[in-house]
Amino acid sequence: MATRPMRIRAQNKDGVTEVRVLMSHIMETGLRKDADGNVIPAHFIKEVVATWNDKEVLSAQWGPAVSRDPFLSFKFKGGEAGDEVKVTWIDDTGATRTDTTKIR
Amino acid sequence: MNHQRRSVLKLGTALGLAVSAGFLTPMQAWAVQQQWNEKAFGATDVDSVVASLGGEGAVESDQITLIAPDIAENGAVVPVGVNSALPNTTEIAILVPDNPSTLTALFKIPEGSLPEVATRIKMGQTSDVYGLVKADGKYYMVHKEVKVTLGGCGG
Repeated sequence: MATRPMRIRAQNKDGVTEVRVLMSHIMETGLRKDADGNVIPAHFIKEVVATWNDKEVLSAQWGPAVSRDPFLSFKFKGGEAGDEVKVTWIDDTGATRTDTTKIR
Repeated sequence: MNHQRRSVLKLGTALGLAVSAGFLTPMQAWAVQQQWNEKAFGATDVDSVVASLGGEGAVESDQITLIAPDIAENGAVVPVGVNSALPNTTEIAILVPDNPSTLTALFKIPEGSLPEVATRIKMGQTSDVYGLVKADGKYYMVHKEVKVTLGGCGG
């Protein structure tokens, strides 16, 4: 199944790069029931890793209470316009997605 | 085309699709499952979360800024940010004790990154929201009540 791309913006200002990511994922808690009363199974991003020129700048473990279509924002020192920032997510089924952007 | 060439091409395509579809190998997927802190995400109160992260309790600190609304319009999407002014902050976590699982998200802050993160979380009902920080090996926290009118866990 194809996963939808993340939208990533990385902006450097005064020596600090701010990264804002919008991911596409249902983040199902496993607590909801469908119309027939069956539990909809949990399905959520468990791990997130972000790198800047291959140096890790953030990692995270998430539970299902992160909102659907997760938003994430973080900052790191350094970063020049044109440098690559990569964000990877891995969900509970082992599905994974990596998207890349260049710092502005 | 002979049958052998056809089967080789078919297998190659299937493997190629699996790789490009972005599925981890079973070994990698297993490694991710092992790293994910099941105990911490299964805890149902703040002290248990801190204990399962290896801490011995969390001290309240005015060096942590928790950015969260007083009233959440929509419990499915509550914006929460945590900024730490504590030196050597290495971890930031968001906890919601009145959610089915207290630990919502855990962030590791490597050297060179700022101890500031923001995301959006689900809240099932009005609850205290905690910003938990690990700095110099010790845990600190700050909290505020976020009122929720429309619960966000669904169902």
